Amino acid sequence: MTTLERPRTVAPQVGRSAPRRDGAEKLRGQAEFAGDIVVPHMLHGKVLRSPVPHARIVSLDARAAEAMPGVVCVLTSNDVSGAFWGHAIKDRPIVAVGKVRFAGEPVAAVAAEDEATALAALDAIEVEYEDLPVVGTVEDALAPAAALVHDGDLRPGLFHGLGELPPRDGNVCYRFRMDRGEIEAVFAHADLVVEGEYSFPAVYQYAMETHAVVAHALGDQITVWASCQHPFLVRAELAALFDVPLANVRVVVPYLGGGFGSKSYTKMEPVTVALARKAGKPVRIQNRVAESMVTTRRHGMRCRMRTAMTREGKLLGRDVECWFDTGAYADNGPRVTATGADAAPGPYRWEAYRVDAACVYTNTAPSGSYRAFGATHLQWIGESQVDELARQAGLDPLDARRASLCVPGEELRAGGKPLDADLIGDVERAAAAVGWDEPKSANVGRGVSVGLLAAGAHPVSTAVVRLEADGRVVVLVGTTEVGQGARTALAQIAAEEIGVEVEQVTVRGTDTRYTPYDRSTGASRSTTLAGLAVQRAAAEVRSQLEEIAGGDEIEPGAIPGLIAGRFGLHGGELIGHGEVAPTGTGSYAEGPVFWEVCVGAAEVEVDPDTGTVRVRKTATIADVGKAINPLLVERQDEGGTMQGLGNALFEEMVYEDGLLLNETLLDYRVPSFEDLPDEMTCIVVENGDGPGPYGAKGCGEGSLAATTAAIVTALADAGVPMTELPLTPERVWRRIRQLTEEGVWPR
Amino acid sequence: MRLALTVNGRPVEREIAPQTLLLDFVRDDLGLTGAKRSCEVQVCGTCTLLVDGRPVSSCCYLAADASGHDVLTIEGLRERPEFERLERAFLEHAALQCGFCTPGMLLTVSALLADEALTSEGAIKHNLAGNLCRCTGYRGIVEAVADLAGVGA
Repeated sequence: MTTLERPRTVAPQVGRSAPRRDGAEKLRGQAEFAGDIVVPHMLHGKVLRSPVPHARIVSLDARAAEAMPGVVCVLTSNDVSGAFWGHAIKDRPIVAVGKVRFAGEPVAAVAAEDEATALAALDAIEVEYEDLPVVGTVEDALAPAAALVHDGDLRPGLFHGLGELPPRDGNVCYRFRMDRGEIEAVFAHADLVVEGEYSFPAVYQYAMETHAVVAHALGDQITVWASCQHPFLVRAELAALFDVPLANVRVVVPYLGGGFGSKSYTKMEPVTVALARKAGKPVRIQNRVAESMVTTRRHGMRCRMRTAMTREGKLLGRDVECWFDTGAYADNGPRVTATGADAAPGPYRWEAYRVDAACVYTNTAPSGSYRAFGATHLQWIGESQVDELARQAGLDPLDARRASLCVPGEELRAGGKPLDADLIGDVERAAAAVGWDEPKSANVGRGVSVGLLAAGAHPVSTAVVRLEADGRVVVLVGTTEVGQGARTALAQIAAEEIGVEVEQVTVRGTDTRYTPYDRSTGASRSTTLAGLAVQRAAAEVRSQLEEIAGGDEIEPGAIPGLIAGRFGLHGGELIGHGEVAPTGTGSYAEGPVFWEVCVGAAEVEVDPDTGTVRVRKTATIADVGKAINPLLVERQDEGGTMQGLGNALFEEMVYEDGLLLNETLLDYRVPSFEDLPDEMTCIVVENGDGPGPYGAKGCGEGSLAATTAAIVTALADAGVPMTELPLTPERVWRRIRQLTEEGVWPR
Repeated sequence: MRLALTVNGRPVEREIAPQTLLLDFVRDDLGLTGAKRSCEVQVCGTCTLLVDGRPVSSCCYLAADASGHDVLTIEGLRERPEFERLERAFLEHAALQCGFCTPGMLLTVSALLADEALTSEGAIKHNLAGNLCRCTGYRGIVEAVADLAGVGA
């Protein structure tokens, strides 16, 4: 951990709950989002989407639409054939070429003078489809002689970061296997073994702001204002897709109305740019909710798992097979699959484990990133099995974890980063917060869950810090403010290093024309990696200031005078540059940047007559190394907790034969105020063990995975073990009826 | 059709198509973009505006139905003396993250405070359930509103 050694002229800026730097703008309705942006001569774009999940496009006739007054142009496959995109696998056309692979796939797009005209023109486009067999589920996709969603070779994208991609195997587009020890021997000699089959549903991120893009393409210059989390990856993808130099693509990112992974990588940008190119004028496309639901989602997953333990309660081995439903296009599926595989064993001291994870194409909407992917999919399953084994061994679930959890410094996977957190301490704190040892009434259960998430993504970030002549500081860094508070935390880091109050510091939004490169905003990486780059850039500014001051103390009020002294007049500025790059090759195997802790506890009450589960208490651990802004850390964890509650209890995209049945917020329920647990505790743990500034490491995702899993283990503790999420009243009621017939309810 | 109403205390008259939604009218015709569109089915509350002091989902409310009435948007609320208190409470409790739901949330809260409807933590949760927030997990908002309403949370 590094701390400032110089005498302070301002109070510490790091470690205090400074008010959000973007608070006033947002509260006053002045914060600009992509959908608020109007550029001169801007047209409105609408996308014609396929009504069927799998079909050959026999014909498409857009002449009537093009002839409508107010319509400027219609983009069809004739304009885009041969160009494919996708950061992991280049499997996506800009609009469908010859074939549609999911209901909701863009087939054409209209640019018109107003939105109503564009919408009306969609109805005038005539498309004839010839249905193909629908591969609606992972089971369908893996069946012998299943129809193929894609039949060509896989073309690797620019940013999969997973080494050499294996060739496509039927509908399996990616596979990740890992193992250690002699798995069969361990299971053959184990005293206790539990096994089961599990399923996790497709889930919608529901960032309240839908995807929005304004694009302007003139000659070989492309400008987009986009609701995107990873502007530099969008820039690279657009440059490759439209065959122009990186510097010709300008991506401007205003505030984002939530992301949670739904705005990771490239989404609506290619079709908007292609439409703007054809129109010769700027075009805005803003999705409706039903469109964003089929733009990206969380992978549904099926899993078969078995876990072995000694009679004394020591965990021995785990064997996992899982299948991630990535939909019709890979999106971030390969990474989700690898991260899920990584999370599957859980942070225990295994003699042997084996994980075989497959990423499977189906004729459903593409699946990508959603907060805590991988861990949310697998942690509830692994932790359910630990609890069931503990029960059979006659152990308290907490003692079972004490016996087998890894300790700091212990290796988790061969060649990867050792454990950098005190998990036993963390789970004990979480358990205590929900009253672990207190008596329980009937139908009440308590559960804990422990997991890890490979966090940080690829460690490349740069930052520029400018100290202006008036003593104000501007930070240019490519982190997207999605609500997580990056502009506040990064401002605090710059303020701390330079020796000014945080109110003097402004962190700008990204404009790739001026903002230096940052890999992405996701994987809980901003405070850790962008933070480190900002810290280094600000330290450089500080040393320039110290040189000018010549050993005198630097009061913030004296800074303008020092700068004027340096440049002779009231003008000029001091500029610092900071960089973070991988120490090794940055490969996945060497990672992760840090292990994000996913530890939580819950107390639930089940109503056996209705199957309704009420979450009474939750506790999560924000094991952040150092909290740059403690209140914002807590708020991040609380947001993750509520999403974890939704994922556990009721969030589910319901598909039937490749068609999404619940495409509005009336049918797809997200948590509201009334779903708040009676007690929600977030415990901030600061052990200074992170790789970021001041020993910080990221947070905000772990609480989601941890909460979903803790609700499941708590319900099992109440006597209702479940193997399928979400825990809807119907599913829980049916399970209780089944347990009653088996004579094991009430327990 | 001709629409005449009051928006943020000022009289406004415009020619509109009869099917124009109040949300589109304030955003596109008047350039008041603080109100946001999200669910379009009156679940999320991010498009909330006050009509004669009552919260409405402007994504499902005809502009024509506001004819002769008094519409308040966040751009009007922020000019009112009581806004400072709201702003301070939300900042102190970090009761916002991405900010997309925030204008609608504040308008709903201001109407409920005026009605003295927020008499307990339970009443806060119940009455605000028509405004979703996907980021915060709600607790910061409950704390901020409890402060404003003078009830314990």
